[in-house]
Amino acid sequence: MADDELPERAEVVVIGAGIIGCAVAALLQAEGLEVCVVDQVGPAAGSSSAGEGNLLVSDKLPGLDLELARASLALWRDLADELAGGFEYEPKGGLVVAPDEAALSQLVALAEAQRAEGAVLSVVAGSELAALEPNLSREVAGGVFYEEDAQVQPMLAVDALVRALRGRGGRLVGGVTVRGATRAHDGRIARLSTSAGDIGVGRAVVNAAGAWAGEVATLLGGYVPVTPRRGHVLVTEPVAPFTPHKVYESGYVAAIHEDARGYRTSAVVEATPSGTMLLGSSREFVGFSRTVNSAVRASIAARSIRLFPALASVRLLRTYVGFRPATPDRLPVLGEDVQVPGLLHATGHEGAGVGLAPASARAVLALLGGRDPGFALDPFSPARFAPARQ
Amino acid sequence: MSKLAATDLHFSFDGRPLIAPAGSTVAGALVRNGVSSWRRTRVKGHARGVFCGIGTCFDCLIDVNGERAVRACLRALREGDRLETSSSTGAGPDA
Ligand SMILES: Cc1cc2nc3c(=O)[nH]c(=O)nc-3n(C[C@H](O)[C@H](O)[C@H](O)COP(=O)(O)OP(=O)(O)OC[C@H]3O[C@@H](n4cnc5c(N)ncnc54)[C@H](O)[C@@H]3O)c2cc1C
Ligand code: FES
Repeated sequence: MADDELPERAEVVVIGAGIIGCAVAALLQAEGLEVCVVDQVGPAAGSSSAGEGNLLVSDKLPGLDLELARASLALWRDLADELAGGFEYEPKGGLVVAPDEAALSQLVALAEAQRAEGAVLSVVAGSELAALEPNLSREVAGGVFYEEDAQVQPMLAVDALVRALRGRGGRLVGGVTVRGATRAHDGRIARLSTSAGDIGVGRAVVNAAGAWAGEVATLLGGYVPVTPRRGHVLVTEPVAPFTPHKVYESGYVAAIHEDARGYRTSAVVEATPSGTMLLGSSREFVGFSRTVNSAVRASIAARSIRLFPALASVRLLRTYVGFRPATPDRLPVLGEDVQVPGLLHATGHEGAGVGLAPASARAVLALLGGRDPGFALDPFSPARFAPARQ
Repeated sequence: MSKLAATDLHFSFDGRPLIAPAGSTVAGALVRNGVSSWRRTRVKGHARGVFCGIGTCFDCLIDVNGERAVRACLRALREGDRLETSSSTGAGPDA
């Protein structure tokens, strides 16, 4: 059957061919399930091509958040071997820096709590920063170096996962918009109706529709509170790498958990193997608007230059925006819908979907009766959100 | 090449004097003069010039009057422009 034709049915239908849907599909297919991924456009058409590729332990709060991230980063290391690379996996470590003493003591307190739960890190005094990052501003008070932080190129990672899926006999069909579901007597989804016709569902539907997952859940009779949280990324001209590690401001972590009106920015500086540098970050709730906010862009540029003064002479090429799939508590949703049996949500990863993709795939496998994922699943269930209607 | 008109612009590429009609983009002016490449990729050194022609791919970066990383397909050519092979080679930021 042609790769671009929707099959009659599949045991598991995954909605969304982003990093999450593709990681889930590649793993389930490897475990003997018969999977078909559908996407309204194609692989990496959504947020997975509109963000950055940081795999971070450093920005995770102690507890569930950190446990899931550390499990997932270990799985990324395995994936880099298993898929034979090709997606710029760089285990280069991350340096979080504090602009002043007050921020530094907060950062160190967080780091101590993360270390108590196993994170591999070291506190770096202001005077020692230059040895790690020679071009960092001397104004910076100090920082924490996180050894486990790494980086991938998300589009190449999606591509590698799609090749693995197809190599194992799985399917991915683009240009297919899911529009609704026909439910069986027991409430399960029997068929999905799409812009390309119907597809029968054997066991389960996985909602991996990213920032659109809230809408998709509603279309299928379920509920998951995911809304788009916009971010800007500035792209520079190609330069020789002058930031050996990924470097970001400690205020970034607070920004994730804040509910401020308007926008919030913090500098996140990432060099890439192609020479261009990616400068983030911003967070704002403005729906799916794609209009670049020039005030946000200026703020990110100024903050980045404050960390790396040499950036002032580097040209910006362009700015893009992307949409983080955000839940009210900033934790992902990995579990069965409260009202629709067999509808599994794997979404709501906010600014960490790339990092959390392999662990999310393990979670879905466990939900389908597969092996234990190695971390607690219950806390990620959609049952923690009161359904809007019953 | 068409004969010199009052609206023709004089410019240079890597020091070589060239002429193109007013209204040309920098990329159009170069291609019209038989120049198809003005940048090399950072890792493998492959030749690059105009690709998409509509400002999307950023393949056509060039230096214009000392300004780095200008998209040749979007920039309108001006009288006296000094165009140079792109220096956004990955040698920066201060090189
Ligand atoms: C600026 C920015 C920076 C970021 N930086 C990082 C980072 O450094 N590290 C990190 O880990 N994460 C980062 N993220 C977050 C990360 O990009 C996301 O968490 C992740 O891409 C989500 O992946 P996904 O597969 O869930 O969603 P997506 O990649 O958006 O995939 C969802 C897919 O569903 C499809 N779809 C939607 N509706 C339908 C429908 N009705 N029918 C069929 N298909 C449908 C869409 O076409 C889309 O392809 C960043 C995000 C942004 C915006
Ligand atoms: S040729 Fe694509 S941006 Fe100029």
